[in-house]
Amino acid sequence: MSIFQSLVKKEVLHLVRDFRTVTVVLVMPVVLLLLFGFAISTEVNNVRVVAVTDRHTDETRLIADRFRANPYFTFGGTVSYREAESLLRKGKADAAVVFRTEAGRLKLQIVTDASNTTMAQTSAAYIEGVANSSANAADKSAAAVVADTLYNPQLKSAYNFVPGIMGMIFILICAMMTSVSIVSEKESGTMNLLLVSPVRPRTIILGKLVPYFLLSCVILTLMLTLSYTVLEIPFSASVVHVVWVSILYVALALALGLLISAVASTQVSALLVSGVMFMLPVVLMSGMIFPVENMPLPLQWLSCIIPARWYISAMRVLMVQQLPVTYVLTEVAVLSGMTLAVLALAIKKFNAQKR
Amino acid sequence: MDKEIAISVKELTKKFGDFTAVDRINLQVKKGEIFGFLGANGAGKTTAMRMLCGLSYPTSGSGTVAGYDIFRQAEEIKRHIGYMSQKFSLYEQLTVWENLNLFATIYGMPAKKIKEKAGEAFRTLGMEDMRNVLVREIPLGWKQKLAFTAATLHSPDIVFLDEPTGGVDPATRRRFWEMIYRASSEGMTVFVTTHYLDEAEYCSRVSIMADGRIKALDSPAALKRLYRAATMDEVFRTVAKGATRE
Repeated sequence: MSIFQSLVKKEVLHLVRDFRTVTVVLVMPVVLLLLFGFAISTEVNNVRVVAVTDRHTDETRLIADRFRANPYFTFGGTVSYREAESLLRKGKADAAVVFRTEAGRLKLQIVTDASNTTMAQTSAAYIEGVANSSANAADKSAAAVVADTLYNPQLKSAYNFVPGIMGMIFILICAMMTSVSIVSEKESGTMNLLLVSPVRPRTIILGKLVPYFLLSCVILTLMLTLSYTVLEIPFSASVVHVVWVSILYVALALALGLLISAVASTQVSALLVSGVMFMLPVVLMSGMIFPVENMPLPLQWLSCIIPARWYISAMRVLMVQQLPVTYVLTEVAVLSGMTLAVLALAIKKFNAQKR
Repeated sequence: MDKEIAISVKELTKKFGDFTAVDRINLQVKKGEIFGFLGANGAGKTTAMRMLCGLSYPTSGSGTVAGYDIFRQAEEIKRHIGYMSQKFSLYEQLTVWENLNLFATIYGMPAKKIKEKAGEAFRTLGMEDMRNVLVREIPLGWKQKLAFTAATLHSPDIVFLDEPTGGVDPATRRRFWEMIYRASSEGMTVFVTTHYLDEAEYCSRVSIMADGRIKALDSPAALKRLYRAATMDEVFRTVAKGATRE
């Protein structure tokens, strides 16, 4: 067996024997994906809506029927304006649609309970969608606004969260696990044994990175399979590009882990550094939850140095819009540049430890 | 180059910024010798030893280890030495055999030879039934012996032992020194740092470091005569008394 093979084998044996960690590492992505994909969603279900109308016409009846039939709504029937107001106030209805006929034309007003902003915005958009489509069907001449939500017509939150979760998981697993495993060898003193041996530092580093790279590929397969089956992200040829860009991102995360391990001297500090420096910015500033475009300008600039921001934005294009990789060349270029820079810095730091 | 010299350094110095950890030390270690490298904590022992092992580059001075230059031939030196660290470091999640196999492979031993040598070592140590036990499950004394075996399985010219007996009971320490003697009688040079001054008596020659410098260097008997002391402990206290760094 070559030196490199025996180093890889050692690392694999460590991973396999540390059964608990491996379980956590494999189960966590699944749980997070399912949690964010299903349980935690910005989708609004069961919007309780009531209608207020000054005159019953075929058109208002048609729209009411549509609300009744739509699974996203619970239609509370037609009520008076005063009743609608009290229902909204008591929290027994989430939205009211007011129909008014002026000069033979149907006018619509949507009143929502905006104490929950997300819910109010989303349900208003839904209602508009339902009302408009019926207006179109009933009266072609009506100058209604046609809102069309491309790529994600049902506004499913899984589409939004899957790229984000992937951006977070890889930083978490690759950077954290690599750095902790290298630093633990520093702590136990086995790193010194390797450094005094004739093994080249390059071989030591590769012997660490390769097993974690393989583990990350397993996780990537797991997450993609889940996304395309359970979470029903439409499967298309762009999956090849998704895989390539993800592998690039994994390489970047591994390089970051290496850099942390060169700087940190204890496992706890490695955990803290990867946790505080990577987890929080990824969650808050990468666009995973809060859109980057809505941030104040200085924060937007700051978000540019967060790798996950670029990865997530590329994944949105590749996974959700299903466009080929040529549409995300900027992101790919930035990620490649970051990988090379971090790797160069990490190797420099690693060698500097000798001095 | 003198064939009988294993380690030779002249004016070896290591500075960290303004702090001089090792200050112009000179020493020669003969082949097959057990050389005790003594000094209080912070005296510069570990730094000096790291330079000899190629873990750290000297700021100035010159030296050879196993006949190779410490500046230009660090890679060659690594091939000819063995190293055992303070904490008997081994991979805790690997078995006894996996650890030996890993380190022997790293030192370029062919698989057949590893089997042969490891089998031999297991027999001498009486560890045959521990082959497939995880290292984290074996007692400290065994771990220490195993670490020494891992450091010497590839028959290096010189083995560096960094405080190899820390935290081990006296009986186990004695047995460990028997291992050191056996290795030395087979021609291996042993360079050992220790805190236990009774162990200094077992060495062929010792050096005592204080404030980054070597204050005394000779055989234990000669040092005791020189300082009119009954034990090495007294010698050490006399020599290290003037030290400003502790």
